Amino acid sequence: MKILVTVKEVATVEDEFEIEGTEIADQYLGADLNEWDDYAVEEAVQLQEAGVADEVVTVTIGPEDCEQTIRQALAKGADRAVRVWDDSLEGVDLLDVNAKTEILSAVVEEEDPDLILTGVQAGDDSFGATGVALAEEVGYQWGAVVNHLEHEFDGDVASVRRELEGGVEELTDIELPAALTIQTGINEPRYASLRGIRQAQRKELDVKGLADLGVDESAVDSDLELTDMYEPESESDVTVWEGSADDTAAELGELLREKGVAP
Amino acid sequence: MSDVLAVTDHRRGDLRDVSYEIITAGRQLADDTGGDLHLAVISGSVDDFAEKLNRDGVDAIHTVSHGEEFNHDVYTQTITQLYDELAPQYVLTPNSVNGLDYAPAVANELDLPVVTDTIDLSANGETLTATREMYGGKVETTNELEGDAVVTIREAEWPTAEGTGDAAVEAFDADIDEDAVGSTVNGFEEVGGGDVDISEADVLVSVGRGIEEEENLDIIRDLADALDATVSSSRPIVDNGWLPKNRQVGQSGKVVTPDVYIAIGISGAVQHVAGMKGSDTIVAINTDPNAPIMDIADYAIHDDLFDVVPALTEQFQ
Ligand SMILES: Cc1cc2nc3c(=O)[nH]c(=O)nc-3n(C[C@H](O)[C@H](O)[C@H](O)COP(=O)(O)OP(=O)(O)OC[C@H]3O[C@@H](n4cnc5c(N)ncnc54)[C@H](O)[C@@H]3O)c2cc1C
Ligand SMILES: Nc1ncnc2c1ncn2[C@@H]1O[C@H](COP(=O)(O)O)[C@@H](O)[C@H]1O
Repeated sequence: MKILVTVKEVATVEDEFEIEGTEIADQYLGADLNEWDDYAVEEAVQLQEAGVADEVVTVTIGPEDCEQTIRQALAKGADRAVRVWDDSLEGVDLLDVNAKTEILSAVVEEEDPDLILTGVQAGDDSFGATGVALAEEVGYQWGAVVNHLEHEFDGDVASVRRELEGGVEELTDIELPAALTIQTGINEPRYASLRGIRQAQRKELDVKGLADLGVDESAVDSDLELTDMYEPESESDVTVWEGSADDTAAELGELLREKGVAP
Repeated sequence: MSDVLAVTDHRRGDLRDVSYEIITAGRQLADDTGGDLHLAVISGSVDDFAEKLNRDGVDAIHTVSHGEEFNHDVYTQTITQLYDELAPQYVLTPNSVNGLDYAPAVANELDLPVVTDTIDLSANGETLTATREMYGGKVETTNELEGDAVVTIREAEWPTAEGTGDAAVEAFDADIDEDAVGSTVNGFEEVGGGDVDISEADVLVSVGRGIEEEENLDIIRDLADALDATVSSSRPIVDNGWLPKNRQVGQSGKVVTPDVYIAIGISGAVQHVAGMKGSDTIVAINTDPNAPIMDIADYAIHDDLFDVVPALTEQFQ
């Protein structure tokens, strides 16, 4: 079985930040492998270690800067990586679900995986939609918010649990080929070993432009246009206790006594 | 056209609250576009559901009786057929776990843009303006798109619709291609049971990723002991295996309503807040003064939990 894992380098934001136009100013941004994708990579690597998968390929849409992040997945055991980037993507401040789907589907067609694992959502723009849209586009079956995947496949069927609201899980069988969106907690993502990190530097990381994939440049034109970004207005009038930790702890202690909940 | 088609959500025989909220959201949008609000009720006891959903503002209810529980293929096929039949401007669905299992597929199948997890919506002619969050709630954004679209709404953002409506209820004859149904739901399981029920606690000392290491949980346990309170947590603590599932507060964990909820090193992501915003008094201890938890906290300490928590514990020992 061949597994394709979609991975994204997400932007992280410092506690204090400033907004410039429709973006957070660069100096307040950091970068990390999307938390949900980390679990998806781990699941794929475990399937390979169990002898179920024979190849794990990652794919990302992202600029050269993100290669270090993407190599984390190689260091954890993925075999090779594909990175899609193009001049026409430069300066695009929002790639919506349709744009991502169109680009990623071209990679799926090239790689022809049996199983696609994506994260439930990207931690930065949080559409939570790319995996399912991609599955529909390439004619695969799918399952959203999967927090358990049986490592024994009964023929061409994946047995999964979908995590619904309120502590209820749905037990579902999904025919392959399929795309599953992976929820945190499905496994325990490993840390990359030093050896893994060294090996990752030598693993294949293919860079492809839209033309290489036969994707028209118009694919990057998102339907969705970001027109404003601002800090949400606080709805509550929160009382902020100031002072040393002893002072603030005393205030809180006092409150608990007042409420009659402290011993 | 200018109509709105809103899809309702149910599970194991009950309509979920968001089904009533989506009527409110759909009505507002339909008022903006000057169209009708149609509801789709798919699978389960549809006639009973339709009766309950027939509230003020609904113009038509389309029932599709097919199976008991949610199946994304049935939903996707039905909604695309309803779209072809009714030609609405917007298809509105809940941003629930099941909503996210069909809305992106419906959009892709219909070649429409999809905008998810919206918290505010308005339309002006062909232009939709949608408000949504980014970076775990640190910022809000407005987004515009032209023409028809599939839109998912965040749960518990719009009030539930009230009153009794006089919508026409009609069975819609969906043509379900069984060969294209590629997944089978075999059942459900409740998880997170066990000896402790955090929803019964009067005081919850709740810990999040700010605690950094498993060993550090000791300072949280010490505080809970000193206060005679119960320990709960955000999701990452349970994902890491540091606390059992029955301690998790939030959308996929438990809903709690204690007298006092002390959120320690918890940022206040929407899925967490869904489980604790009904608490009487909310106290947040967080180094980040901009953390979203501050929006719903009654009292806050903008300081390091490793300083504040032991100092608090000491007072009660
Ligand atoms: C479908 C779905 C379902 C989900 N269900 C749930 C759910 O049921 N429950 C849930 O909780 N989450 C749920 N999540 C996850 C949710 O989106 C967040 O990822 C999660 O709530 C974040 O947990 P956190 O606040 O502990 O961590 P973070 O967001 O990482 O926040 C850590 C906080 O600690 C603060 N901090 C760091 N160091 C210190 C210090 N020394 N002193 C004080 N403060 C400090 C930081 O400023 C930060 O605000 C769900 C997500 C999805 C997609
Ligand atoms: N730029 C990208 N490159 C590769 N995969 C992506 C990208 N954006 C999103 N994805 C994948 O789609 C999942 C859901 O993202 P989203 O729908 O944007 O919330 C992520 O967890 C990734 O696995």
